[in-house]
Amino acid sequence: MNIKNFTNGLIKENPIFVQLLGMCPTLAVTTSAVNGIGMGLATTAVLISSNAAISILRKFIPAKVRIPAFVVIIASFVTIVGMLMEAFTPALFSALGLFIPLIVVNCIILARAESFASKNGVVASLMDGAGMGLGFTLALFVLGSVRELFGNGTIFDISLLGANYKPALIMILPPGAFLALGILLALYNVVQIKSSK
Amino acid sequence: MENASIFVIMVSAILVNNFVLSRFLGICPFLGVSKQVETAFGMGMAVTFVMTMAGTLTYFVHHYILVKLGLEFLQTAAFILVIASLVQFVEIVLQKMSPTLYQALGVFLPLITTNCAVLGLALLNIQYDFGLIQTIVHSFFAAIGFSMAIVLFAGIREKLEISDVPLPFKGFPIALITASLMSIAFLGFTGLV
Repeated sequence: MNIKNFTNGLIKENPIFVQLLGMCPTLAVTTSAVNGIGMGLATTAVLISSNAAISILRKFIPAKVRIPAFVVIIASFVTIVGMLMEAFTPALFSALGLFIPLIVVNCIILARAESFASKNGVVASLMDGAGMGLGFTLALFVLGSVRELFGNGTIFDISLLGANYKPALIMILPPGAFLALGILLALYNVVQIKSSK
Repeated sequence: MENASIFVIMVSAILVNNFVLSRFLGICPFLGVSKQVETAFGMGMAVTFVMTMAGTLTYFVHHYILVKLGLEFLQTAAFILVIASLVQFVEIVLQKMSPTLYQALGVFLPLITTNCAVLGLALLNIQYDFGLIQTIVHSFFAAIGFSMAIVLFAGIREKLEISDVPLPFKGFPIALITASLMSIAFLGFTGLV
């Protein structure tokens, strides 16, 4: 049962490709594969901790003020993660910039708090948080890799397309984010349509 | 940016650093509430209202409470609480004072709390070290930029509804590609300021 909670978020209910949640960081920070993974893991850390905390406190939080309570819990974890990143991974911290505090308003986290953690036990909520977080990370990694590959000819700074490749700068600029995600979603739909036939 | 003139802030907030198309703030409502021009316009107005107020209010919270007490690290938590209570407050006041305006904006208000454009704006104002006037101008015109983008986008999407789109591209994929083309157009403004 717990395994199912974990795998659910990876593919079947992938937050980006299926639920289309948390679009802002997805589009903004995926200029390279490393940034994508960094953002994904930071969000995963917040998601796991907030899911666990909310699940533990779910019997004590009055239903009427649950949303503000959830937001405060999430904001505290975001502050902690932000401080840890500033201390241990300063380069990543400055690359992600504004989008670290903005993890607070990432719809995925509040959506999981509201629809899962506030109704389920701690272990199940931990699993759900990890699955959704890693699904998010996976999507960010794919998008970041595609943009880095076409926009810079590299993935993880390793040159893949050879020295003669002329980078398509547009993929790293804002329009490339919309374009790459649009095409990836269309590809995902092609697979879905094929497999349902 | 500290001493940027009002005019530069205006042009930069609307065109060059458009919140949606170049900063990627407020993408959720941009994609979610842009199927019809009318609702997009309503959303735009509600966001303009809340963003201008939130921008101004967080300025005071930051400079007169957080800095004074040396609690800058609580910025994120404090701002999101200010925004959430502001949205709730605006909703209650509008309901009492102006039922017509409430009818027009009401449905959009709860959505705005989790709109990252509002929190992003508050944090950017602090990051750029804006004074009070600059903060208000930047907040208002950034919101106008958001409204303009979402209304233009809704106009295109209304046309997309009746056009023949390949099956895998139906819905979000084609909308994202449209947004990409709009973003390219807005790239043309780079270097204006």
